[in-house]
Amino acid sequence: MNTPNDPLAEIRVTYFAECEDLLESLQDGLQAFEETLAGEDGACETGSDTETVNIMFRAVHSIKGGAGAFALDDLVVFAHSFESVLDALRSGRLRPDRNLLQVLLTAADMLSDLVAAARDGTSCEPEALSAAREALGQLIGDEGHSAAADAAPAADASDFAPVPLALDLGVAPGPGDLPDIAFEDLSGGGEKYFPTGGAQDDNAAPSASPPPAATLPGGAGDGPKGSAGGSLSPPAAEAGFRIAFTPDSALFASGNEPLYLLRLLAEMGNMTVRCRCETLPALKELDCARAYLGWDIFLETEEDEAAIREIFDFVEDLCTLSVAPLTVADMAELEGHGADRPPPPGPEEEADCRDGAPAGACRRAASAGTECDARVAAGPPRRTSGGRGGDGGGNDAKRPAAGVRPVARPTVRVDLERIDRLLNLVGELVINQAMLSQCIEKAGLAGNLECESGLKEFMQLTRDIQDSVMMIRAQPVKPLFQRMGRIVRESAAAAGKSVRLVTEGEGTEVDKTVIESLADPLTHMIRNAVDHGLETPEERLAAGKPAEGTITLVAGHRSGRVVITVSDDGAGIDRAHVRRIAAERGLVAEDAELSESEIDNLLFLPGFSTAGAVSDLSGRGVGMDVVRSVIQGLRGRIAIHSLPGAGTTFTISLPLTLAVLDGMVVRVAGQTVVVPLATITETLLPGPDDLHEVGPESTAVRLRGAFVKLYDLGAELGYRAPLASCVGKVLLLVTLEDESTAALVVDEVVDQRQVVIKGLQDSFGRVPGVAAATILGDGRIALILDPEDIVAHATRQRGARGPALPDRECTG
Amino acid sequence: MKQVEQEMSDNADADRGTDATCGGGSSPGGGEAAELLSFRAGGQEYAIDIMSVREIRGWTSATPLPHAPPAVRGVINLRGRVLAILDLSDRLGLGRTGTAERNVVIVVGTGSEGTEHHAGLLVEAVSDILTVPCSALQPPPEAIGDGTRGLVSALVMVDGVMVRILDIDAVLPGGESDAA
Repeated sequence: MNTPNDPLAEIRVTYFAECEDLLESLQDGLQAFEETLAGEDGACETGSDTETVNIMFRAVHSIKGGAGAFALDDLVVFAHSFESVLDALRSGRLRPDRNLLQVLLTAADMLSDLVAAARDGTSCEPEALSAAREALGQLIGDEGHSAAADAAPAADASDFAPVPLALDLGVAPGPGDLPDIAFEDLSGGGEKYFPTGGAQDDNAAPSASPPPAATLPGGAGDGPKGSAGGSLSPPAAEAGFRIAFTPDSALFASGNEPLYLLRLLAEMGNMTVRCRCETLPALKELDCARAYLGWDIFLETEEDEAAIREIFDFVEDLCTLSVAPLTVADMAELEGHGADRPPPPGPEEEADCRDGAPAGACRRAASAGTECDARVAAGPPRRTSGGRGGDGGGNDAKRPAAGVRPVARPTVRVDLERIDRLLNLVGELVINQAMLSQCIEKAGLAGNLECESGLKEFMQLTRDIQDSVMMIRAQPVKPLFQRMGRIVRESAAAAGKSVRLVTEGEGTEVDKTVIESLADPLTHMIRNAVDHGLETPEERLAAGKPAEGTITLVAGHRSGRVVITVSDDGAGIDRAHVRRIAAERGLVAEDAELSESEIDNLLFLPGFSTAGAVSDLSGRGVGMDVVRSVIQGLRGRIAIHSLPGAGTTFTISLPLTLAVLDGMVVRVAGQTVVVPLATITETLLPGPDDLHEVGPESTAVRLRGAFVKLYDLGAELGYRAPLASCVGKVLLLVTLEDESTAALVVDEVVDQRQVVIKGLQDSFGRVPGVAAATILGDGRIALILDPEDIVAHATRQRGARGPALPDRECTG
Repeated sequence: MKQVEQEMSDNADADRGTDATCGGGSSPGGGEAAELLSFRAGGQEYAIDIMSVREIRGWTSATPLPHAPPAVRGVINLRGRVLAILDLSDRLGLGRTGTAERNVVIVVGTGSEGTEHHAGLLVEAVSDILTVPCSALQPPPEAIGDGTRGLVSALVMVDGVMVRILDIDAVLPGGESDAA
């Protein structure tokens, strides 16, 4: 990251953060596009299809715009070609088909690489870049666009021209592709329609560009131009507004920039802007702190007045603004008089700024002193009522169309560190609350009803705050899943297989750290699934399956945990093969008797790799054992399930948060420890008849017909010598990863409560059997145990009985 | 909770660690002085560079860590942070420190800022803050055969008593081979 006090660096950071969002919506669009293709089998566009393309176009375009601002030339050039292809697709010059989709997918991957490269200051593989560009170029090449594509970007760098809003397209298909044409026009000389620096008149526009006034009629060319007939409610085809905008000095003083407002307007449709500079004094009288300029904006748009006013929402008190529907007179004025002389003020404008709109005179509000506050307080965009003009109704009818654009709920970007701080504070609060309840108990107030209920409420509040903070940190897994889409494409291409990725539950929210740590294991699992899980197309056809393999990635919440499954519809695990390999590598004894699930679990052993030859894809040293240890590091579990001929499913189950956990506080050998509640299925007090010696050192408890092996926690943790008898002790029955059960012997159960997880990384190395620590109400530290690890460790310690598989002999 | 006897400057000096004690104490060069915190552990006088000291606090019983090296006495709660406590006497092979009231924990920080690693050293008592000229530091004799080999970076005579200056990074397990 850059130094925080460099403003450009900050904007840069914001830009790249936005890029991520844009890339995400691009991926969304591609996915929707793919689905449409699949659904219609290559049939031509439909309404939804057009909108999809528009979404993609917008995303690519915005990335390009920002890249231009930061002079990221590679990115600009590439985004431009990409955009050209999308534009061609949008205007129907390119037919959507599989081939096109493939190119677009590759281009999207490339674009995201370029963004990443630009962000990290690295460079992309030039071959991949040129290949992707070439593919794009070929698509539009035959239309003579390639020259433009190559030539334009340089000029484009300064061209914000966001122009044609996609919105309009899907909605009013009637009078031709109006914004499309606008795009064509503007892509060449878009900037010339806008005053740069706020002071130029637009007759400064180079002669090469079409006369400004030509845009309007050009854009509306197919429409019934004259039908408005001077009425105040023009027909839809002519929908547009004449906006007179005169900023007060206060607008500039409060850091607003009219250019941005104009840009936003430009995004709504076809726009022509004229600068009014009649109040501009002679240079020597010019006070640089005052505002002298105003603008007349002729905007063709499908949006209604309210949408336009919304743009000015923040500055409405700081300027003089009038919005009136476009009239034929306006059109004529645009066409006829050009921009040479200041236009006569429109009727609306006259009403608003009767005194000839000298900026100074319109500054009345400037001295009021409250504008600034009002502006700040207006935080979430509030919609001004479209009260002015009865024509609002007609336009409002088109409003639902705007719903096509995903309604972005107002969001705030917050530094993750701040959230972490908040989280820590909440953690302290939880500890404090525990302390308080202990104090109350000590003070003998435990029976006091008021005290009790107050404390209960406090607990509830603490938990609510905690949940809310967790929710802030939670993010949908969607970006992660989208990244997997790329992994699937790339690994399928490398393996020569045809693979489709199906994702479900993308909206499932998981703690950010969890998502970040999941990327690597998921990538590996997906690669594995493509490489080893799925068969080749020939094999698949022979087995009576479609040639295209399917990998399904599903996320969901299940009983307070997040469950992510990766499944393929491949051949399933070849157990004989796995077994042989494991035996070859000395991971299991040749004659060991293994159940099917035990064989499947061999995949998780370090040093295991089924691929005969290490392929380029998987088997690059990251084995499933690493996947498992990463998952376990997140206090998660991974399970494998395979059906011969039908495929393999990996199930990852993760805690919702890494910060807090519901635990059972128990005492053993004078020490207080916490056992995660999620792992405990039941607790019981065994009678002497329930306990059975099954070996020299092992005892089992008989539970509903099955034997469950006991693990003396005090001895396992080295707190005391092994107990001679477990009678009178409490047994915690825990469920292990492989669904087997073990019983932990403890002295007593103290409490069941939420505890804050404190990492142990600052102490010395990994402690076997201990997942983390927490701070109890009395300020002492209690260890949070990892039952899985305790059992595994105990088994390892005792055993040399071959594989480090979870001991199953005592499970029923 | 026991009182914090003495708060040390939390300033993380980039130049701390043994480097501040005149380059590991081997070369008596320059007129610079080393500031050391001296203390008793296992009945002997030791010292560490004062810049690595974060605070000194009274002994509170620690929560033992299972399967940890014997010198690790456990973990305590240091204002919401889990702090591992190392019995310095045990670490130096001088036997376990008794649990007397006077025992103190010296909280030390090693590593660079941001990734600082904290640990507590259980010692018998803190003695003094010493300022010794770098020229007075002597390299430890090669022949040290006890458990302190590699842990003592220099020796210095103060008022006729030999003070062993510890290499704090070597003392703390983690960088060393005896990490669990």
